[in-house]
Amino acid sequence: MARHRKPSERDAALAKCPTGISGLDEITEGGLPRGRPTLVCGAAGSGKTLLALEFLVRGITQYQEPGVFLSFEETAEELASNVASLGFHLPALVQQGQLALDYVRVERSEIEETGEYDLEGLFVRLGAAIDGIKAKRVVLDTIEALFAGLPNEAVLRSELRRLFRWLKDKQVTAIITGEQGEGHLTRHGLEEYISDCVIVLDHRVQNQVATRRLRIVKYRGSKHGTNEYPALIDEHGLSVLPISSLGLTYPVSTDRISTGIPRLDAMLGGKGYYRGSSIFVSGTAGTGKTSLATAFLDRVCRQGGRALYCSFEESPAQIIRNMRSIGYDLDKWRKAGRLQFHSARPWLYGLERHLASLHKLAHEFKPLAMALDPITNMMSIGESAEVKAMLTRLIDFLKNQGITSLFTSLTGGGHDLDQSEVGISSLMDTWLIVRMLETNGERNRLLYVLKSRGMAHSNQMREFLLTDGGIQLRDVYVGPGTALTGSARLAQEARDKAGRLAEQVAAARRERELVQEQASLKAQAAALLARVGRIQEELQTSRQQARRRGEAASADQGALARARQAD
Amino acid sequence: MTTTKISPRPLKTAPAKARRTPTTWDLRLYVAGQTPRAIQAFANLTRICEEHLAGKYRIEVIDLLKSPQLAKGDQIVALPTLVRKLPEPVRKIIGDLSNTEKVLVGLDLRPRP
Repeated sequence: MARHRKPSERDAALAKCPTGISGLDEITEGGLPRGRPTLVCGAAGSGKTLLALEFLVRGITQYQEPGVFLSFEETAEELASNVASLGFHLPALVQQGQLALDYVRVERSEIEETGEYDLEGLFVRLGAAIDGIKAKRVVLDTIEALFAGLPNEAVLRSELRRLFRWLKDKQVTAIITGEQGEGHLTRHGLEEYISDCVIVLDHRVQNQVATRRLRIVKYRGSKHGTNEYPALIDEHGLSVLPISSLGLTYPVSTDRISTGIPRLDAMLGGKGYYRGSSIFVSGTAGTGKTSLATAFLDRVCRQGGRALYCSFEESPAQIIRNMRSIGYDLDKWRKAGRLQFHSARPWLYGLERHLASLHKLAHEFKPLAMALDPITNMMSIGESAEVKAMLTRLIDFLKNQGITSLFTSLTGGGHDLDQSEVGISSLMDTWLIVRMLETNGERNRLLYVLKSRGMAHSNQMREFLLTDGGIQLRDVYVGPGTALTGSARLAQEARDKAGRLAEQVAAARRERELVQEQASLKAQAAALLARVGRIQEELQTSRQQARRRGEAASADQGALARARQAD
Repeated sequence: MTTTKISPRPLKTAPAKARRTPTTWDLRLYVAGQTPRAIQAFANLTRICEEHLAGKYRIEVIDLLKSPQLAKGDQIVALPTLVRKLPEPVRKIIGDLSNTEKVLVGLDLRPRP
């Protein structure tokens, strides 16, 4: 049953008319309701006319649908010159018979009302224009001007109702613009007549920074994004940024990308960052965050990739000069077209505009890696929640594009280093902390990896040196109960060395003494042995003499007895 | 051109009045088709002109159904619309011209109340 029903439901679903305006078709899921009027309302300067005109121009250039623009406020010439800077060349489109511009001027002071009338004149003009170029799209901007020009509101209202009905019968997709009113969407309640689709544009100033927003209040018979979407007008027209609609579905890569510092690669599992991940470098002033970013981008360029450096504090020239002093020649990469700088003060425009310009840069330049230095400056132009939302959207976008991004964050003195100010650390895959260690009247930089998702990483602190030949990481001196850096480390190392030398000398002396003692003892032993030999000899000699003496004595007694013969 | 030119009577010269209104009254009535309202407006207009501008006016009836492009020139929105092209300044009077007082005021034939 359900299977049978589905196709018919799809057939009955509202046909959509794509606007061609970037982002708008995404949040309307296909465009404006085809063959029906859409109300676009907003305060003065919110971009209603531009949206409407872009709808027509893109309809002509992208969808081969001719359009009629009926203006109640600006002449055709004014309109053409207003949008010429956006690359819309209206006179050419008019000449090609694709666009009809008609300026309707109703001047109250010139008009006297005498009896019954209707707005058939408007119908005739619009009908002639539509039929003349076989228009599929119509814009009435701003039809409310009629309320100022014509005194009889009752006639006007019934005629407007008839007009919108008539537009539907003509099967043209129309945009009707209306000024924002108090308590109503439009000043004269046009929303009563146009109920198929209502879009509200807003231009708000917060903290002295203006931000455009677009919201679809109503879209009968269709799903649509309901949020307020940031919108902006730039040299390519209007764009809406439906980034918050993105889900957490970005692809992930297991490719690794070098940090540009061999020892840091080693600290990150030996291979560096993950490609497409987001890296957060936080630290107090002067700890070398920019240098870390530079080392990374330099490495990317060196390997033939493209890199984008977004600086919110320093000019490109200044960064190039400063980084040259530690051995990174960024100018070379810039000239080779591998490195692009984007320097803008945060205050220059609102967060959305920043976001959009980053989007655009990323789309156009297609970098492999991108550094934003520092993002904390953004705090100055928006509320914490807004900044976080913006960065979330940016990170989502960059991850979707597979762009490895490095964000630096300045931690104020007295703040906890582990607590990043914008609370975005949870969005980051790798977090490096650089900090100053003040000892012995000097300051030394320390670097450590606070976290790095999905890879083995070192838990060691490293001393972080900025040398003529780039960034170097050194082991810190880890002694009993202390970690030493800088000259203290060097002094300790020298002391250690001296100690070791003294030990060696002492050991050699002791060895020599022992050898000597051994030799002398051996000599003494030899002398004693010689004495033992002599004593032995003496002993034998004396024993022989004694025996001989005994023999001689007995011989003498015998001779004596013989001599006496007496017995 | 499908406009109809109607000059019911030959123009008369009236030197004293001519100084005040040196040119002919050139009037255009815009309508869309032969609607009752259009016929009514034309009838009212000729009556008023005969009474107040006898002999020095010219009425041109423009049917926008036949020549819609003419609506642009005089900025026609409401119908019927009477446009006083001459004497200058241009005046526009909308409606079926049934309120004679207002038509006279609109044509500057009577001071504003």
